[in-house]
Amino acid sequence: MIHLTVNGREMSLDVDPDTPLLWVLRDELRLTGTKFGCGVAQCGACTVMLDGMPRRSCVTPVGMIDNASVTTIEGMEGPEISAVQAAWAASDVPQCGWCQSGQVMSATALLRQIPKPTDEEIDHAMGGNLCRCATYVRIRQAIHDAARTLEG
Amino acid sequence: MRLSFLAAAVLAAAPALAQDLRGPDAFADIADDSARSAALFAEMGKVLTHPRCLNCHPVEGGPTQGDRMQAHNPPVIRGEADFGAVGMNCTTCHGSRNVSFTGSPGSIPGHEPWALAPISMGWVGRSLGEICAQMKDPERNGGKTLEQLHEHNAEDGLVGWGWDPGEGREPAPGSQKIFGELTRAWIDSGAACPS
Ligand code: FES
Ligand code: FES
Repeated sequence: MIHLTVNGREMSLDVDPDTPLLWVLRDELRLTGTKFGCGVAQCGACTVMLDGMPRRSCVTPVGMIDNASVTTIEGMEGPEISAVQAAWAASDVPQCGWCQSGQVMSATALLRQIPKPTDEEIDHAMGGNLCRCATYVRIRQAIHDAARTLEG
Repeated sequence: MRLSFLAAAVLAAAPALAQDLRGPDAFADIADDSARSAALFAEMGKVLTHPRCLNCHPVEGGPTQGDRMQAHNPPVIRGEADFGAVGMNCTTCHGSRNVSFTGSPGSIPGHEPWALAPISMGWVGRSLGEICAQMKDPERNGGKTLEQLHEHNAEDGLVGWGWDPGEGREPAPGSQKIFGELTRAWIDSGAACPS
């Protein structure tokens, strides 16, 4: 049995410990906001928060994170995610949308640690999140916009 | 039949593996202490300059990856704590152990802790003599005595990862045990550096 807290809910899961967290989230728990892009830690689509820090769920066997706390895009709360959501909507950031839940998770994690990131800090933190629709310019703009909102 | 074939393969593989990295005995007939010591370090150099070690001992910037030491993909930076960018630490992808990919060959390496060696311990492109001087210098080796250096080489888990790097990566030559023995013999013979 694997014990996890997912979006604030404690649960025991009867799954093979080698199962990637992404599979558990999507197939067992039906939390499909987290996407599969590559399965090999190359695209960032599967990013979740693991004990508060961003983590690629496709390369995270659940047996490796027993008793951890996982937050998916569905369970995100707080001023940073709200600011990111609003900025994303205002700038129409997504195109096909596939990469966007991962982008939003990484952007939120960045703003939690650096409230007013520079272009360079954004590029470094977001470098592992690919977007095949190339929405990068809007992503960077929206992160700056969110930072401004957070400043109040 | 199959079992005995396997047993034979294992028996044959063991000495071959040990031969990649010669133990201290191979240097016992060098009478001069300092010459023997330098030769022992040169043998240690087979490990130190292997991609498994070099990839995370760069002299600046972030890590390289793979047996051909390509640029790390996704792009990463060293960061202030030798642990990646704020918002994308090493642990965004690297877990507490190697993880095989699901559905494709290969694996993502991992260990707890997982981080770059500090810049002062970078040695990509350096000669063995330079690496040796650097390793002995407490100013650049993280304040370690030679005894602590031995412990590091012989016991440290992240050093040991070099011999258990996961599917798709060639292990460092020999074993951590032999590497530790070489370090011991190098120190006991005066910790001389190759010129
Ligand atoms: S699906 Fe996990 S990084 Fe691409
Ligand atoms: S919006 Fe299409 S992949 Fe990013």
